[in-house]
Amino acid sequence: MSDFATTLPTGITEPDRDELRRQGILLTSLEEFYNWGRSNSVWPLQFGLACCAIEMIAASMARFDIARFGSEVFRPSPRQADLLIVSGTVTKKMAPQVVRLWNQMPEPKYCIAMGACAISGGPFKQGYNVLKGIDRFIPVDIYIPGCPPRPEALLHGLMTLQEKIRGQKLTGPDAPRHLRADTTCDYPVPEFGEHDLEPPANSAVWQAPTMMRKEKGQA
Amino acid sequence: METTDQLRDRLLARFPGAEISVVTNPGPAAQHSLLLSPSPARDIAVFLRDDPALRLDYCSNVTGIDWPTLGCLEVVYHLYSMALKHGPVILRLRTTNRTDAVTLPSLTPVWRACEFQEREVFDLYGIVFTEHPDLRRILMWDEFKDHPMRKDYVEPDDYEWEPTPHGGVLEKAKRHYPAAPVAGVADPGPASASPATKP
Repeated sequence: MSDFATTLPTGITEPDRDELRRQGILLTSLEEFYNWGRSNSVWPLQFGLACCAIEMIAASMARFDIARFGSEVFRPSPRQADLLIVSGTVTKKMAPQVVRLWNQMPEPKYCIAMGACAISGGPFKQGYNVLKGIDRFIPVDIYIPGCPPRPEALLHGLMTLQEKIRGQKLTGPDAPRHLRADTTCDYPVPEFGEHDLEPPANSAVWQAPTMMRKEKGQA
Repeated sequence: METTDQLRDRLLARFPGAEISVVTNPGPAAQHSLLLSPSPARDIAVFLRDDPALRLDYCSNVTGIDWPTLGCLEVVYHLYSMALKHGPVILRLRTTNRTDAVTLPSLTPVWRACEFQEREVFDLYGIVFTEHPDLRRILMWDEFKDHPMRKDYVEPDDYEWEPTPHGGVLEKAKRHYPAAPVAGVADPGPASASPATKP
């Protein structure tokens, strides 16, 4: 059903486990239990950048009720937050502050790019003052397209993130960043340059995808 | 309220040394404007604000124009009267050139509403307003060197990822395209021919 497989104890299949649960026997692993707990209590940072933030606020109120998914506790401090919802246009003047907030959040942490602007710059992509996607500086887990996305889309993005958290291993090469020795949790904050941000993108996080194109008339 | 021509004649009678001309607007709005020489502009502005027949007490908008053809930068003020419910009276001031003589008198001492908007014109067009109380950049960061709304502004070249470019963006994006594949070697990219047509 999902892209992210849930973890099972070795030697038991998912139907076996579900049958045992129907009989009142809870068989689980520490990994599954731990991921179940933290995936149902993802606290977002109380942080909005533009009109997408209005939809995020609507998602947190009674009609759409993000509390159903355990994410109603919007923290006013990055030190207490698990999830950065980049809701709106990231201008180049704002980008260093967004990266600084991300650096101040403790691991494990996740990032949702909400809306066309946070993904790519959106309608301001060809301007001089808007960052062409926050994924140039911080690693994005979930992209939600839309301008702005409906609250349902944000809820779907949150559910997808919960599936991703439930599928994370605690050991091995697929473990989250903070449990691995071979990767860094350090994201350099860009400086204000004379013409653009310095550097304009974090090459450790983002590389321009390669698209081979044909010239017109070329076979 | 008097017409723009009548207002110009009255101002010329009051300020004999000033150069004041009318810039006509041929559109249906017909909002003609007064082009002032910079040196008496602040005295004229005080007169427009305090004259009992005009009482232009509200500056609603300040904007900039870049004129590469005329070789100057221009700043435009839209004035209204809250007291007498009329307006707009439009003032234009032009700099001598676009490079080193870009100084104009600030009208912030006359209308406080000009403060942030003159900062914006300074930021985006590079017009320097003398006697402005706090002339700093307001939209771009302080370290920024360019003036983005000028016609000859060259924007940062970050067009390395343009999935559907066209027009001018296509020309900019092409500079970032990888070298064309050598003939006879299959395209490695996802946008290349489908596997069925490959040899």
